[in-house]
Amino acid sequence: MDLRGLFKRPANELEKGGRTPAEATAADTFEVKRECPSCGAKIAESDLPDMYYVCTCGHHFRMNARQRIDFICDEGSFTEMFSDLETKDIINFPGYEKKLREARLSSGEDEAVICGTASVLGHKCAVFVMESLFMMGSMGTVVGERITRLFEYATEQGLPVVGFTVSGGARMQEGILSLMQMAKTSGAVKLHSDAGNFYLTVLTDPTTGGVTASFAMLGDIIMAEPGATVGFAGARVIEQTIRKKLPQGFQTAEFLLEHGFIDIITPRSEQKRVISTLLAMHEKGSGGDIS
Amino acid sequence: MSGGTPYDKVMLARAKGRATAAEYINRIFTDFIELHGDRHFADDKAVVGGVAYLAGMPVTVISMEKGKDTKSKVYRNFGAPNPEGYNKALRLMRQAEKFSRPVVCFVDTAGAFCGLGAEERGQGRAIAQNLAEMITLKTPIISIFIGEGGSGGALALACSDEVWMMENAIYSVISPEGCASILWKDSKKVKAAAQSLRLTAQDMQKLQVAEKVIPEKGSFDACCRTMAQDLRAAFDARRDIPKDELIKTRYERFRKYGAQIVPEDF
Ligand SMILES: [Zn+2]
Repeated sequence: MDLRGLFKRPANELEKGGRTPAEATAADTFEVKRECPSCGAKIAESDLPDMYYVCTCGHHFRMNARQRIDFICDEGSFTEMFSDLETKDIINFPGYEKKLREARLSSGEDEAVICGTASVLGHKCAVFVMESLFMMGSMGTVVGERITRLFEYATEQGLPVVGFTVSGGARMQEGILSLMQMAKTSGAVKLHSDAGNFYLTVLTDPTTGGVTASFAMLGDIIMAEPGATVGFAGARVIEQTIRKKLPQGFQTAEFLLEHGFIDIITPRSEQKRVISTLLAMHEKGSGGDIS
Repeated sequence: MSGGTPYDKVMLARAKGRATAAEYINRIFTDFIELHGDRHFADDKAVVGGVAYLAGMPVTVISMEKGKDTKSKVYRNFGAPNPEGYNKALRLMRQAEKFSRPVVCFVDTAGAFCGLGAEERGQGRAIAQNLAEMITLKTPIISIFIGEGGSGGALALACSDEVWMMENAIYSVISPEGCASILWKDSKKVKAAAQSLRLTAQDMQKLQVAEKVIPEKGSFDACCRTMAQDLRAAFDARRDIPKDELIKTRYERFRKYGAQIVPEDF
């Protein structure tokens, strides 16, 4: 079993707002707890996996990419691909090598996306899962290359693609070459689509910037997790531009559903079932393709 | 490298009085007829498109227009498109494809507009759709960067067969101001950010993001005459290329931005 990254808690929930830790009693001194930002409940870290990292109030905590693969894919079905691609500091950007080393340590991964093939309740697909603990899931050349290769492989094999997005956008430390990944991945998605293959995106918290403006929004069907932040521009940048406070719930999955930009909001506990049903409905030769 | 530091180039690209798209269009083409609207929501004034002749050849022209004086800048939203601008551009590109007209895009924007309405109407989706559709558009596309090329908002008119850049134009994943404040939490590091991002036209050529850098010397009129000839020649050269091959070549152009581009002098 691959244990990389399993013991790391997402820094984001902990770093939020500088809360004082829960009062420790003798019994739970050594029990790491996480506080729900929505209802304030304190949940033992060890209970979270069985709860799909979802609070009883419905709040979806962020989870890392390997945990997600374990939840969604049938046991032992995931085969990782393109993990040999190595990130290089192509434009010699100050501090990038150090950032990369820190990201590898904090995430236990070597880049911000994991790609491969798997089955979901028996339905085979190509899968990519982005990792927020690696530089906030930003897209540089390796992220773009892995996703592009996955779509090219899926096109060759006639496989559907299921992709979980989480990203702060393009990775500025790789300059213009990061931006080019938006075009490259979008092109690969388009060729996969033109060949009649199915692509399902699952937008998770947060999906923003260059990833929103490329492969995240190009799914045949776009699913999102409840409460996920999804948008192009950052909320703060928008507030500075328009000099107004943004309304409550702006750029949430619910906001996008209301405005017609996503198909469905699916709680984590339902995702495996809904994804497998959608894969089944789009299986080639399943009777749906009247011609 | 000509013309000073990268930050000098940023200032030149944004300089007051610098030629905007309308001035290029007037000189390079004849009989330009502007076509308005995205057929869904509105007519975005930051994006100007239409049909024209390029040395006798009908072409579709799409540009980002910043405006010149305060009044026209406000009218043009400072060249920052909303989703309907990208949707209009895509409508005109599909029309060009239908009638086998080549497409010329002029890029000049600090970025896609960051506003409430832009998000409500799917800014991310509008850009994504342009990227995907441009890659497989069955007619040649050439994009010319005349000033600022701000991130995804610029790329949405630049998934082309060739990118040409004016000598003092820039192209960047993020503005140097944004980079300095987000990455280094120090707005005074703008010059260092401009240097580190490699955003000049000359950098773009080294990184194979731009095929051509157009010198900004001599008269503007003469420069535009040369551009007209070069555009015509570039489209003539593609006239007999089968559509499938055109698309394949365009995809390969973007496909190469993997880890294999390693310029020696960075
Ligand atoms: Zn809760």
